[in-house]
Amino acid sequence: MSEEASNSGAQVFVLGATHHRVPIEVRERLALGKEGAEVLRGELAKVAGLREYVLLSTCNRVEFYGVQEVPGVAEEVLSKFCRRQSFDEQQFRSFAIQLRNRDAIQHLLEVSSGLDSQMLGETEIFGQVKDAYSAAQDKGSTGVVLNRVFQKAFQAAKRVRTETAITIGQVSVANVAVDLAQDIFGSLEETRVLLIGAGEIGEKTAQAFKSRGAFSITVASRRFERAVELAETLGASALPFEQREHRLHEFDAVVCATAAPDTVLSAEAVHHALRKRPARPMLCLDLALPRDIEPGVAKTENVYLYNLDDLAKVAEENRKAREAEVAKARALLGEKAESLWQAVMKRLMPGGDDQGRDT
Amino acid sequence: MLFDERQVLWVAAACYLAGLVLGTVSLIREKRHSRVTMFSIIAVGYLLQTLGLVMRGQEVRGCPLGNIFEIVQFASWSTTSLYLLIGATFRLSMLGYLSSSLAAALSLTSLSVPSWDAARNSALSGGNAFVAMHAGLAMFAYGVFALLALTSLLFLLRDHSLQSKRLGGWFTFLPSLVQLDLIGYRLQGVGVGLLSIAMGVGYMYWRLDEATVDRAKLLAVGVLWIAYIISLALRVSGRLVGRRFAWVCLLLYVAALLTLWPIDRSRHPGTEPAASSTQATP
Repeated sequence: MSEEASNSGAQVFVLGATHHRVPIEVRERLALGKEGAEVLRGELAKVAGLREYVLLSTCNRVEFYGVQEVPGVAEEVLSKFCRRQSFDEQQFRSFAIQLRNRDAIQHLLEVSSGLDSQMLGETEIFGQVKDAYSAAQDKGSTGVVLNRVFQKAFQAAKRVRTETAITIGQVSVANVAVDLAQDIFGSLEETRVLLIGAGEIGEKTAQAFKSRGAFSITVASRRFERAVELAETLGASALPFEQREHRLHEFDAVVCATAAPDTVLSAEAVHHALRKRPARPMLCLDLALPRDIEPGVAKTENVYLYNLDDLAKVAEENRKAREAEVAKARALLGEKAESLWQAVMKRLMPGGDDQGRDT
Repeated sequence: MLFDERQVLWVAAACYLAGLVLGTVSLIREKRHSRVTMFSIIAVGYLLQTLGLVMRGQEVRGCPLGNIFEIVQFASWSTTSLYLLIGATFRLSMLGYLSSSLAAALSLTSLSVPSWDAARNSALSGGNAFVAMHAGLAMFAYGVFALLALTSLLFLLRDHSLQSKRLGGWFTFLPSLVQLDLIGYRLQGVGVGLLSIAMGVGYMYWRLDEATVDRAKLLAVGVLWIAYIISLALRVSGRLVGRRFAWVCLLLYVAALLTLWPIDRSRHPGTEPAASSTQATP
């Protein structure tokens, strides 16, 4: 039956480029902005034999999912895309993924589940695929085949999330830091965060705290104007750098991420702060290299000190735990892809259930 | 009656054991068990244990606190009572597992040692409501302290995971440090309050007849009561916090369990065969 579907010419396909084989500087050239995607959709609508298609463009991938009525349509899509992006077609072919039928379906299922993501198990991709599908539906470029395939892909992704541990445990340092804060404080609704240093990693961590509902964030930096600037971005307040130790007792979590050659937080200052609030624990996160917080801080009761290595180790353990779940998730998706392909094949065959686009 | 109260209490203990098995299997498989299932298992065990204790109470025509078996059963019952209240309110993960484990250990041990239930002292309260209230409140306070010990144990495990930087595996099931600390603090306040009222009620009765007071029991319980008050005062003033507070709560509960023996031994006058072995008892 599979043979018959292939011979008929109607095929589900995916073609594109992903982070697996394409470096970031090339992905930048391939990325489709909103406007570019719009124009390309207009061009693809005119391709004869392209019955259905969905365009997925994120920072890690650009992919076309489609149903071609005759062989060669996918090639034409590829050519149009390369022309649109002024990208060498031969070069694109050298790293492009091109999958058909069951393999294409399996690929979509894995992408939707976060199995194909750079950060294994991340869930943001699920929303991105949904958005791509929704945009295609709005344009009327999906039909009975892709509607079914995408809807089943979303169900499968949800199943993978609930039946495997692929999404358990954060794998980025910033999110691991916030997980840690939740292990100590529970809900972050009453957690006051002090960010010392206004660099990138500090900013990311502060953003992670903010997104998980931290009560307040205060930024201290040697350059006060930089602290004010970052505070405005984060919806936080700024604190003069010199007051950081004096007002330490007001905070529950302290994130240090400066480029200072020496420590900016002494064990004595932390000890002194804890005496003013003995019953409430304090989390000290040292994300700097060289370290910003004196290691002796860890000896103070009710203080939990984590440096960059500690957080990276936790992130790595979480990543390994996720990897251990990949085979389980892939097997689950494999079964789903197979049954979905069996159902889709009937619709691809001449005189199948429905050959037109529908939304 | 189709079943006697000991049979009903055996079934209740089996329910608690089922909670222990469910929690242990989940931990080994590093999977979170269903909170509803655990809650239901404990609730069924609790209802059966209540039934068993009511049956015993009807037989002895009083509060079933006449021997070590009944005291331990009552302590187990008050622990699960509080879990059903606190567990539903605060949704503390793993507290159900530990509560069912403790209840199973206490219930099964008390049922497995026949000598603990061989004789009972109905002269304990002598039908006096003050004494029955004193004993009931004190035992309920012990239940609160049992739950406090369990939350303290969870606190120490969470603290250990954070200090040793091992956050994966079954440590992920532990509640947050602050949540455990807050509940421990409240439980100690409630436990000290209940024990203080129990002591006050006991004092009101026994000051009229000091001769009936067993000195060893008074000393043991008095020291325990003062120790709990001191630890609470230190906690309020911020001088006993974190893991030191948790350790103190655990040790105090061990001491509380040890006081059950002087309490039981204080009932030497007027011992009689246990209700279950004297079906003729009215």
